[in-house]
Amino acid sequence: MLKTFPKGGVHPNENKFSTGKPIERIDLPKQVYIPVAQHIGAPAEPIVVKGDMVKTGQLIAKSSGFVSANIHSSVSGKVVKIDKVSDSTGYKQTCIIIDVEGDEWIETIDRSETINDKIDNLTGEQIRNKIAESGIVGSGGATFPTHVKLSIPLGKTCEYLIINAVECEPYLTSDHQLMLEKAEEILIGCKLAQKVVGAKKILIGIENNKPDAISNMKTMAQKYKDIEVHALKVKYPQGAEKQLIKALTNREVPSGKLPIEVNCVVQNIGTTFAIYEAIQKNKPLFERVVSVTGKSISRPTNIMARIGTPINMLIEAVGGLPQDTGKIINGGPMMGKALNTVEVPVTKGTSGIVIIPEKYSTRPKSYNCIRCARCISVCPMGLEPYLLKNMSIVKMYEEMHKERALDCMECGSCSYTCPASIPLLDYIRLGKANINKILRSQKS
Amino acid sequence: MAINKLTVSMSPHDYGKNSVKKIMYGVVLAMVPALLVSVYFFGLDAIRVNLIAIASCLFFEWFFQKFFLKGNTTIADGSAIVTGMLLAFNVPSNLPWWIIVIGSLVAIGIAKMSFGGLGNNPFNPALVGRVFLLISFPVQMTTWPKVSVLNFTMTDAETGATPLALLKEGLNNGKSMTEIIDSIPTSYVDMFMGQMGGSLGEISALALIIGGLYMLFRKIITWHIPVAILGTVAIFTGILWGIDPTKYATPLFHIFTGGMLLGAIFMATDMVTSPMTHKGMIIYGIGIGVITVLIRVWGAYPEGMSFAILIMNAVVPLINNWTKPKRFGEIIKN
Ligand code: SF4
Ligand code: SF4
Repeated sequence: MLKTFPKGGVHPNENKFSTGKPIERIDLPKQVYIPVAQHIGAPAEPIVVKGDMVKTGQLIAKSSGFVSANIHSSVSGKVVKIDKVSDSTGYKQTCIIIDVEGDEWIETIDRSETINDKIDNLTGEQIRNKIAESGIVGSGGATFPTHVKLSIPLGKTCEYLIINAVECEPYLTSDHQLMLEKAEEILIGCKLAQKVVGAKKILIGIENNKPDAISNMKTMAQKYKDIEVHALKVKYPQGAEKQLIKALTNREVPSGKLPIEVNCVVQNIGTTFAIYEAIQKNKPLFERVVSVTGKSISRPTNIMARIGTPINMLIEAVGGLPQDTGKIINGGPMMGKALNTVEVPVTKGTSGIVIIPEKYSTRPKSYNCIRCARCISVCPMGLEPYLLKNMSIVKMYEEMHKERALDCMECGSCSYTCPASIPLLDYIRLGKANINKILRSQKS
Repeated sequence: MAINKLTVSMSPHDYGKNSVKKIMYGVVLAMVPALLVSVYFFGLDAIRVNLIAIASCLFFEWFFQKFFLKGNTTIADGSAIVTGMLLAFNVPSNLPWWIIVIGSLVAIGIAKMSFGGLGNNPFNPALVGRVFLLISFPVQMTTWPKVSVLNFTMTDAETGATPLALLKEGLNNGKSMTEIIDSIPTSYVDMFMGQMGGSLGEISALALIIGGLYMLFRKIITWHIPVAILGTVAIFTGILWGIDPTKYATPLFHIFTGGMLLGAIFMATDMVTSPMTHKGMIIYGIGIGVITVLIRVWGAYPEGMSFAILIMNAVVPLINNWTKPKRFGEIIKN
């Protein structure tokens, strides 16, 4: 029996069209837009001004607090403007706009292809500082600064370092491809992260729809006694932190608590690759793998894109925007964000660009709730989405809070599954926002 | 890059293939075997009753939606067809057309639309219609035509009582169980196949079970409610029968007669009026089983299924409150 989390979950069509497509590089854009807020936490502060010449990999905005992250230039050229530009969230954000001239990297980056597997010369503390310097944030989409996630609070210990290679979102294949091409580097990155948190064991969880990645990782991991690679049953949202921990260790992170409560730390597989590059190759995070894919895309593939590249360049590279496009999603179809323009830049959290044909881009018409209980049976958090929706409609926010609305991780399984096509998660989000507002006002 | 219109909506952006329509038409399909059996034994009358019930339910659904709820018409969602068929399944095949229309009016107009339409009704509409008819037209509702194989003439057939009615009558007259069973012309095999008196859709255990398995396979229902009901009835009547076989009928007799399977598989499982969690479904099923046996053995009516389901429908909100799903991460530290 393959491991998985026990309660809830759905199985959407996988549609992984870009599976097995080698990671490609595309021509550099003429201009990049690098937002200073690509992570959860305080935006970074620009340290360059208009007219400055920068090199690829050069620090251009500095982390402005504990939960914040450095930003590096992804190209070489001239800073032409620091301005507010709308990013993938739809809001205007400060961006550093750079005109690309050549591609001159800072000298400290080791651009050779050789794999450097010596990890003994740095202490955990040094590794963590280097991770912070390199501006690494979670690559799965949540973009939490990695050095913060790797800091173990006083009095807690980390037993398992869990590596999330589940890639349970339909369409996306960037992690999959990375495991096929960069397995050795990833494993070295895992060992480095392990050194930081002091974990006894590393557990890598991969869904069973990637057999080639599983066998590749298993073979490569043979030389490490403390790395286990586990094949998991295909079920969304297995990549959710709490569900993944449950699947691999059978531990349940208590409501409102972090994984360290059950002695686990979770890292995304893409993040471990970034850690490898930062520590062993001195290369800060300024590019990442993005799956550019969709039903009518002529050449779905995985692209190594510089941060700040406008996504329309990526779309051009896979054959251009299809005629029937109705929706463009930054991320996967279950949790990604719909974009209102193709002018937004790739950021550290962009795992994929999914193009949805018009036919499938609007919601089906919704009916009355027929109380079929399907939303309850698919909710991995054990909530009652229909009830939360009803409470949200009549603004019973305190009752919603008692029904644990804040436990909802917004996986969308309930909305996905509802036969009456009720946008349950929309109502729940609204309720959560109001609960948070009430909680904040109670605090102050 | 020219894009005219991009849809910007919140996640998720993908939807499952299920729909209310698919569920409702799945239930309709599951009722077809029982419908065929009823035509086999009751002739064209079975079709007549079904058509009148479906047509009038659809009409009332449209009528109340249009003139009272003022919403978009919902007759295409299939739920009115399900109610119509269930109502038809719960009446004798020789019922006059106007009584069927009244039953449909009560089912759709009062039990369903007055609460706001599909999904908002606390009681199973078809059952409310049926019980209303049973109380208002007791004679017509309990005059069952005798079964006759493939009799397609529309003449008035001979009438007779159901096995369950014979049982009640016999016990009230102080007869012993063996005498009663001998006087009932139906064997267990007949009951299983459907050759007995009764409402038109309740007679064949086999056809109902086939329909139930189909709904299980399509994941329209889960096993919890039917199994809880039938299990409870089997255990409860089994104990009584074990205590005194001369006074109490066998569990098999109870399960095969009086709409037990129709109720357990098609009526009690109505998702609108049953509990939301599996634990709740089992409590609900046990409740229905116990109440049915109480009514059948000690009550005034020979059958008890319809009343038991309606009574348990009323406590569904309470059951839902007691049986919350287990929240993730709600581990009590020891
Ligand atoms: S899945 Fe939809 S129709 Fe079913 S109970 Fe939940 S909200 Fe109601
Ligand atoms: S309520 Fe939240 S956690 Fe549960 S299925 Fe819906 S989105 Fe996912």
